[in-house]
Parts: sequence; C-alpha cells; structure tokens
Amino acid sequence: MVHPIVKLVVQRIALGLLLLLAASVLIFAGTQILPGDVAQSILGQSATPEALANLRSELRLNDPAYIRYFRWFGGILQGDLGTALSNGKDISEALGQRLGNTLFLAFWAALLSVPLAVTLGLVAVRYKNRWPDKLISGVTLASISLPEFFIGYLLIYFVSVKLGWFTSVSTVYDGMSILEKLNAIALPVAVLTLVVLAHMMRMTRAAILNVMQSAYIETAELKGLTPFDVIRKHAFRNAIAPIVNVVMLNLAYLVVGVVVVEVIFVYPGMGQYLVDHVAKRDVPVVQASGLIFAAVYISLNIVADIASILSNPRLRHPK
Amino acid sequence: MFTRIPISAIIGLFLTGGFLFVAISAPLIAPYGMAEIVGDVWEPFSGEFWLGTDSLGRDLLSRMIFGARTTIFIAAAATALSFTMGAILGFTAAVTGGWVDQLMSRGVDLLMSIPTLIFALVVLSVLPVTLLTLIVVMGVLDSTRVYRLSRAVAVDINVMDYVEAARLRGEKLGWIIFREILPNALSPLVAELGLRFIFAVLFLSALSFLGLGVQPPEADWGGMVKENKDGIIFGIPAALIPAFAISALAISVNLVADWILNRTSDLKGGRGDG
Repeated sequence: MVHPIVKLVVQRIALGLLLLLAASVLIFAGTQILPGDVAQSILGQSATPEALANLRSELRLNDPAYIRYFRWFGGILQGDLGTALSNGKDISEALGQRLGNTLFLAFWAALLSVPLAVTLGLVAVRYKNRWPDKLISGVTLASISLPEFFIGYLLIYFVSVKLGWFTSVSTVYDGMSILEKLNAIALPVAVLTLVVLAHMMRMTRAAILNVMQSAYIETAELKGLTPFDVIRKHAFRNAIAPIVNVVMLNLAYLVVGVVVVEVIFVYPGMGQYLVDHVAKRDVPVVQASGLIFAAVYISLNIVADIASILSNPRLRHPK
Repeated sequence: MFTRIPISAIIGLFLTGGFLFVAISAPLIAPYGMAEIVGDVWEPFSGEFWLGTDSLGRDLLSRMIFGARTTIFIAAAATALSFTMGAILGFTAAVTGGWVDQLMSRGVDLLMSIPTLIFALVVLSVLPVTLLTLIVVMGVLDSTRVYRLSRAVAVDINVMDYVEAARLRGEKLGWIIFREILPNALSPLVAELGLRFIFAVLFLSALSFLGLGVQPPEADWGGMVKENKDGIIFGIPAALIPAFAISALAISVNLVADWILNRTSDLKGGRGDG
C-alpha cells in the first residue's frame, strides 16, 4: 500500500511530464504555422530556387511535419538540441552555459525578493488600512504597471551613470570571482526583485487576510495575544500553503521576466540568446530555448502544486 | 451613483482621456512629422524641441504623439480580439459543456503552460512582423485568460432559472449566449477589460523593445525605448521618456479599472474594504 501523498505527488509529476510533452508539440507546431515554410522565411522573398532547395534539404523540410517532430524530440531526449542555422554551432553547448547564467541571476533575485515580499506582506496585514498598508498597496499598484525596461533604465541612468556605482553592462565570464559576479549582476537583480516583489507581496497579503477572517483568529485575539503573535503563530502557519504557491508562481514569472532584463543589461543568459536568434530567424535555436523556458516554467508550477499538497493536509484527501 | 468618485479614479480618468485625445488627434497636434529629421542627434530640451530629439535627430515629442497612436491602437485592437474570442468561446464552453468544454479548456491549459512572451517569440520567429500578425498573436494568446474568466462566470449564470427557461422554450445557442448570459456577465468582464488592455500595452512594448514588435520607422513607445537606449550610458535620458509614458498610461488605466472593480463588487455586496 503506497502512502496517499506519494501517490498524489507521483500523479502530479506524471501530469506535468504529459503537459511538457504537449508543450513541445505546441512549440514545434508554432514554428510551422506560416503560409510558406521556414526556408522561405529565413531567406526572404528574393531567394533563388536553388538556395531554397538547398536549405530545405539541409533542414530536411521535405519530410512530413510529424517525422521532423519525432526526429527533433528524439534528439532532445538524447541531449542533442541540434545545430544553429546562423553559425553552425552546437546548440546544447551554447545553451548550457547560458542557462547556468540565467539561473544564477534568477536565484539571487529569488533569494532577495521572497523574504522581503513575505515580510512586507505581513506588515501590510498588521497595519491593515493604515498608512503602512496604504503605502505598500500604492507602491504595488504602481510597480505592477511599470515595464521592466523603465525600472531598468531608470536604475542605469541614476545609479550607474549619475552615481557611478555599478556598471550598466552586466558581463559575467568564467574567470570571475563570486564577488565580482555579484557586483556585475547587482542592477539586474534589483530590477527583477522590484518586478516580482509587488505581485508576491499583494498575494501574500491577500492569503493572510483570508486566514485572518477565521474563527480561531478571533479566539486568539480574544485571549489577548499581541497582533504580531496572532499573525506569526496562527495566521502565518495556515497561510503557508497559499504563500508557497504564490512564491513558486512568481519564481516561474521570474524566469520569463529575465528575458527583457537580460536584454537591458546585455547579460549573457538564455533570454538574450533567444531574442537574438528570433531576430535572425534561427528556428532550431528558438525551438530549443523555447522548450527549455517552457520546461523550467512547467516544473516550477509542478513544484508549486506539490508544495501546496505537502503543506496543506486538507489537499491530501481528494474529494 | 456618480456622486462619490474617488480622487484616484478621477486622476485615472483624466489621464486616460488625455492619452486617448493625443492618440486620436496625433497629426493635428504634432509639431513635426513622424519620421522627419529636423535637428541634431539627441539635442536637449529646448523651445524648439520640447522633449529634445532622438537618436536620428527626429523630434521626440512628435514621435511620442504618433507613438501614442500606434501603441494604443494595437493594444486596443488586440484587447478587442482577445475579448471577443475569449468571451464567446468561454460562454460556449460553459453552455455546451461535455466534450466541447473539455477540449477547449484543456487546450487553453496547454496554451497557458507556456509563458506568453516565450510562445509569442517562438511564433514571431517564423511569421512576418506586420501590424496584423502582432494583433492576432497578442489577441489569441491573451484570449486564454479571458476564456477562463468568462467560462467561470458563465458556469454560474448557466444554472439560473431564466437560462433554464430560455432553454426550455427552445432558444438557440446564440440567443442563450448573447441575450441571457452576456448581459449578466458584463460587469466582471468590463473590470477585466482594463487589466487586459494594460497587459496588451506592456506586452506590445516589451516585444517592440526586443525589436520584434512594431518595426521602424513606425513610432511606438516600446520601439522608441530601444532606439534611444544607447544614449543612456552617455547620460541622455531620451529613452526614459517613452518608458515613462508607458508606465503613466498603464497606471492611469489601472486606477480606473480598480475603481470599476470595487464598484461592481460593491454592487454584489462583497469585498467592501478588500
């Protein structure tokens, strides 16, 4: 007899894998929907028929789409992401390095933003409808509306150009020490933190407020606990499941938000790589990086699901 | 009913109206042409060029004004498409139920499992970037969220007596969707409209900023940030102006949407102090 939690978790993971498989079909199909074919759009309208025929046979476009899909997906399962059209290099190699850089950036942003968001969310609940709460809500509303590049260039303009504190271009390479790397990514991390902070805080506040309406909170208040103790001992524990969920969803968002931020700071990560190759119409690279982004996003969502199953006993018994 | 409009909503309405006015009357109020080179590269603010000039020596204020038109038009068209599509499909799914509902809902789940920006980039890598492609790609991807909301709202309305009555007197699907469900689902959808519009503005600006949205010499705010971003490290703030305009538009629409959301939920007797 398998423990019911193990069964649920395994079910979620299997469902996630299925979703990932379907997402790979969708990404592949997404690059096949144009009226002509990939070769035509890479070479443009003025291409000679010979050049078109050459590229078609090089890309093996003469095979039916489903055969190309299985060849592509089969390659990925063996760790072979194909070669880039624009420079003929191996995609797996270039991506590996850049994925590492992107995760490095996202990791530090998460490390900074998660505790900050949860703390500020708690403060907002504690001083609900008073000035700290209103201030936090106002800032949240504003920062949700700001595009990443506005925050990014504001920081570059004031902090890096006017004050001269950090460099405006975040170059990292292998030989750098961890401190040099952290110094280089300080500004992009700040932007990412500001972008996800607002959303995470708002949802944390909502999650705790939801719990605060329960009867046991009233009991705790009536027995004379201080407001912070009520939140810390009673409300927070019961709000952990939704908060973990919020955090994971925002981390998933972080991985995507990284695309624009990397372009702003010319950071050598996945996002920059993807955007460059979309402009070059380098379809194999776009497919590969799109799939990896989707994979990271889907896995973080699965982790969010599993975390909420584990932290909330009520979800362990499906109705 | 309109006696107590909060001050934030008035500011929001006022600013949104201002942006709309600028967008509509762009050729009349712009001092110079959209792609006309009138001065030196990155001239500072002056009486002649109120906001200075851009990376090619075009008047920044004129480009901002024409940019308002492009940005707001594309975002509005994409929002309109996503609402029409999402709402009709969502209502159909809720009213029909069964395998139609299952098929569409799982399809939307799948589409939402890939981050919107990433999927848009994948699709735009093979499609020619034109106004129409942009509107369709943005509209279709965003309609997934409208679909979820309208399906959820319609499922509740679908079990009401008056819908049952309409069904019993033999009304067709079109009648039930447009005459019974739509009028009753309107208020949550209208509140969502503002948020979707902001999302469209931000999304379009991000695409243009990445060089994959509106193509030069056409002016749009995200693209203008891209054109002028190289000036930032020399201390030239030209790129910050269009970026600020995007934020200002988004915030003012947000203020209005927030007010509508509070008002519609007040009418239902809930969420008084949120």
